[in-house]
Amino acid sequence: MNKRITFRSNRGYYSFLVEKKTLTVLTMLFVLTGIFLVISVGVGSTIISPIEAMKTLFGYGFDQHTMIIVDLRLPRVTIAILVGAAMAISGGILQGVIRNPLASPDIIGISGGAAFAAVTFITYFSETLSIKWLPLAAFLGALSISIIIYSLAWKKGVTPIRLVLVGIGISTITSSLTTLMIVLSPYSAASQAYIWLTGSIYGSSWEDVIALLPWLIIFIPLAFICGRSINVQELGDDMARSLGSHVQLHRGILVIISVALAGSAVSIGGAIGFVGLIAPHIARKIVGSSFGSLLPVAALIGSLIVILADTVARTAFLPLDIPAGVFTAGIGAPFFIYLLYRNKNF
Amino acid sequence: MMMAVIQTRSLTLSYDTETVIQGLDFTLLENKITVFVGSNGCGKSTLLRSLARLLEPKKGAVLLNGKDMNSLKSSQVAKSLAISPQGPIAPEGLTVFNLVKQGRYPYQHWYQQWTEEDEKMVNSALENTQLTDLMDCPLDSLSGGQRQRAWIALALAQGTDTILLDEPTTYLDLRHQVEVLDLLFDLNKKEGRTIVLVLHDLNLAFRYANQIVALANKQIYVQGKPEEVVTRKMVHDVFQLKCEVSTDPIFGTPFVIPFGKGRNLYESNMSV
Repeated sequence: MNKRITFRSNRGYYSFLVEKKTLTVLTMLFVLTGIFLVISVGVGSTIISPIEAMKTLFGYGFDQHTMIIVDLRLPRVTIAILVGAAMAISGGILQGVIRNPLASPDIIGISGGAAFAAVTFITYFSETLSIKWLPLAAFLGALSISIIIYSLAWKKGVTPIRLVLVGIGISTITSSLTTLMIVLSPYSAASQAYIWLTGSIYGSSWEDVIALLPWLIIFIPLAFICGRSINVQELGDDMARSLGSHVQLHRGILVIISVALAGSAVSIGGAIGFVGLIAPHIARKIVGSSFGSLLPVAALIGSLIVILADTVARTAFLPLDIPAGVFTAGIGAPFFIYLLYRNKNF
Repeated sequence: MMMAVIQTRSLTLSYDTETVIQGLDFTLLENKITVFVGSNGCGKSTLLRSLARLLEPKKGAVLLNGKDMNSLKSSQVAKSLAISPQGPIAPEGLTVFNLVKQGRYPYQHWYQQWTEEDEKMVNSALENTQLTDLMDCPLDSLSGGQRQRAWIALALAQGTDTILLDEPTTYLDLRHQVEVLDLLFDLNKKEGRTIVLVLHDLNLAFRYANQIVALANKQIYVQGKPEEVVTRKMVHDVFQLKCEVSTDPIFGTPFVIPFGKGRNLYESNMSV
């Protein structure tokens, strides 16, 4: 039993079992995230050394560094961390609920719905309404398309396969409508829409952080609490029910958590969909498929991917600031293929 | 362990419009091994699923200790009986330990995930199924027989008096079939657990079952000790199969030899 650590309160009211490997991996990921945070706030058109960056982060830096780091770069890196974690947890939950490794927030229409709403907003309302309403439009789009998909998939309960099929159908419709919208819109709007669709956290501010944070504070702990019920759902509906789980109720709650996390992340970060697919996979290869371990590890991996992607995106082609979405796949996929290669007899 | 008396009262089961079981009254024998037999599509698995509350009756009810199962809390049912479905699925890379641990789900809360009782039950389930050494292996790296034992261990960790298993020997070679059935036999003998199985291999069914329940025409055709109820007529009526019923030379239990074609070394004109 030395691979696991048991935590029990004195009277046994609280008790948890944690795998040692998960703790090690989480510690390493935390340190890595910290390192990348410091590097990331340091690089850009003005390069600040990691030591100076650390000083500034703790409030002992030069004034101009404080301006660059605290006002400009730190909110953007923070958003990267939040968006990555939210997408990864959302994707991890969906892969468990749908019992399909190809599931991602796209499958229940989050990206499609948000994209359609965002592009509609950019095309038709950007001249009359302030751009700060764009996240709200995207979130509402994500929410309504997911509701439509879930209700169409409902037939005395939702089965994973119906959810996938209806999801793919509706996503195809939203993506054609989005394309149609881009084709019909003026050039400047089209280019703005295209950047949104790729996924960019350009110009993120502390206001964005404040808008996004409450969603994560509520729904990430909920996701961890529900990890147990994903574990039993993965054994099939019959098994889950015979173990006393209320499968349909829990499935509904899990999808709501997933929509809330991905929907809020997409509304700020655009359609950075790939993170939701790849981060849970990477986590599964490292710590296995038990959700108590999988979700926190996936969250940190998601954060790391988006920080890295965004740092590369805004520095590699200076002074051009490229959407982070271009690089999420470029960073996530090779690492994933490496893991697959390493465990090929797994 | 919670005692469980399982009965059905004028139970009618159907999928959509097709009735599979009609007006069935049945009481499961406690502390015995019961095997459901019958031809494909006769409703064995359907009946088993309904006994575990996985299928809602069209009419009538399944009773657990005299109470309608549908009126009970899910966790209460889960503490009384466990079911191992046919061809169960597990996510890629799930370890034996993490699978067996799920058996404790009905007892846990999000803040109470690993009590001393949980630990004790999971460890003894692993020992009973001889999987302690393999507990950190992914399920997909095990042999078919070991995998089936892991699912049985999950049911044991659930700590129920009654365990229902839908075709636990399907896809296993003969050695592993016997290994799994021996394990269930021991669980019944040593701990008095009620075991209910759906099996296709009649001769093995007759060897291990205290009671067989033969289903045909949406009803129980006959139930009882194999040695008392198995006849040529019974096999013919239940399976539409002509056969000879002999006696197992080692165990003395009924032994069915089906008629049909094949090489016959007793016939003089047969070339070998």
